[in-house]
Amino acid sequence: MSPFRDGLRGSIPFVFVVSPFGLLFGVVGTEAGLNLLEVMGFSVLVIAGASQFAALQLYADNAPTLIILATALAVNLRLAMYSAALTPHFGAAPMWQRALIAYALVDQNFAGSMAEFERREMTTAQKVAYFAGASATIMPAWYLASLIGAVAGSSIPPWMALDFALPITFLAMIGPMLRTLPQVAACIVSVAASLFFAFLPYGTGVLVAAALAMVVGAQVELWQKGCAA
Amino acid sequence: MKLWIIILGLGVGTYLLRLSFLAFAGGRQFPEWALRHLRYTAVAVLPALIAPGVLWPAATGGQPDPARLAAAAATIAVAVWTRNTLWAIGAGAAVLYTTLALIG
Repeated sequence: MSPFRDGLRGSIPFVFVVSPFGLLFGVVGTEAGLNLLEVMGFSVLVIAGASQFAALQLYADNAPTLIILATALAVNLRLAMYSAALTPHFGAAPMWQRALIAYALVDQNFAGSMAEFERREMTTAQKVAYFAGASATIMPAWYLASLIGAVAGSSIPPWMALDFALPITFLAMIGPMLRTLPQVAACIVSVAASLFFAFLPYGTGVLVAAALAMVVGAQVELWQKGCAA
Repeated sequence: MKLWIIILGLGVGTYLLRLSFLAFAGGRQFPEWALRHLRYTAVAVLPALIAPGVLWPAATGGQPDPARLAAAAATIAVAVWTRNTLWAIGAGAAVLYTTLALIG
C-alpha cells in the first residue's frame, strides 16, 4: 500500500470528528447573520474550528476587530507548536510542499501523522504522501460539512436553542484536555477570571483571563517538576 | 467589511502560525519557557470564552438558566469521563432538550 492511501485510510475516523464541527459552524455562522460566502470564507481560509467559533462569538458581541483577531489567534497558537513538532519530519521537503502542508495543518492530521511517523521508518517523501492522504479526507469533509451547515442553518427552528451549541461544543473539547494538574488549574483560573473580569468591555476579559490561566498552568507545571526532582 | 477583515486577518495570521517552523528547515526550537506557556493556550482560552455565557446566557436575558447549567454540567462530566468530544456533545444536547422540554 502506498503511504498516500495509508493516510487516506488512517484518517477516515477523523471525518466523523471534523464533520459535526463543520456542520455546526455553518449553522451557527448562518444564525449569526453570515452569508454563504462569509461562512465558507472562514472555513476555507482559516480552517481552525475553535478559533472560527471564537471569532464568531466576539463578532456577534460587537467586539472591536483587533480584540477578535487577538483572541482567535490565541486559540490557534498551538498550531505553531504543531509546526515546530513536524519540522524534523518535513524540513527536508521542497518549500512548495511545506507551504501546502502548513495550509492543511489541523489537529487531526497532526495527531494522525505523528502517531504514524513514530510507528515506522519512513522517508520524507513517504511522510509527505501520508500527510497528503490524511488531509485529502479531512479537508473536503470540513468544507462540505460547513457548506451543508450554512445552507441548512436558516431553517433551524428556535426551540433547538442553538445559542447553546457553542458552549456545549467548547466544553466537550475542553473535557478531554483536563488530563494533568496544570491543565485543570489553568482551566479553573480561566473560568474564575473570565467571570470576575466579565465587566470589562468587548471581550477583553477573555484575554486577561486566558493570560492569567496560561501563567498559572506553566507555574503549576514548574512546581510539579520541582516536587518530582 | 469588518467581517472580511476578520476572516482575512485570521486566515493569514493562522497560516503564518502553521508555516512558522515548517518554513525554517533549520530545526530551530521555541525556548522552554515559551513552550511551557503555549501548552496551556487551548485550556486557558476556551473556558474563558464560554464561562460567562454559560452562567449568564444572553438567550435568557442574562439570568442563570437551569436547563443550560444542567446541559453544561452534563457535557463537561461526560467529556472528562469518556475523553470523547462527540459523546459529550450528544450528552449535553440530550440534557438541554430534556430539561427545556420539562421546565420550558
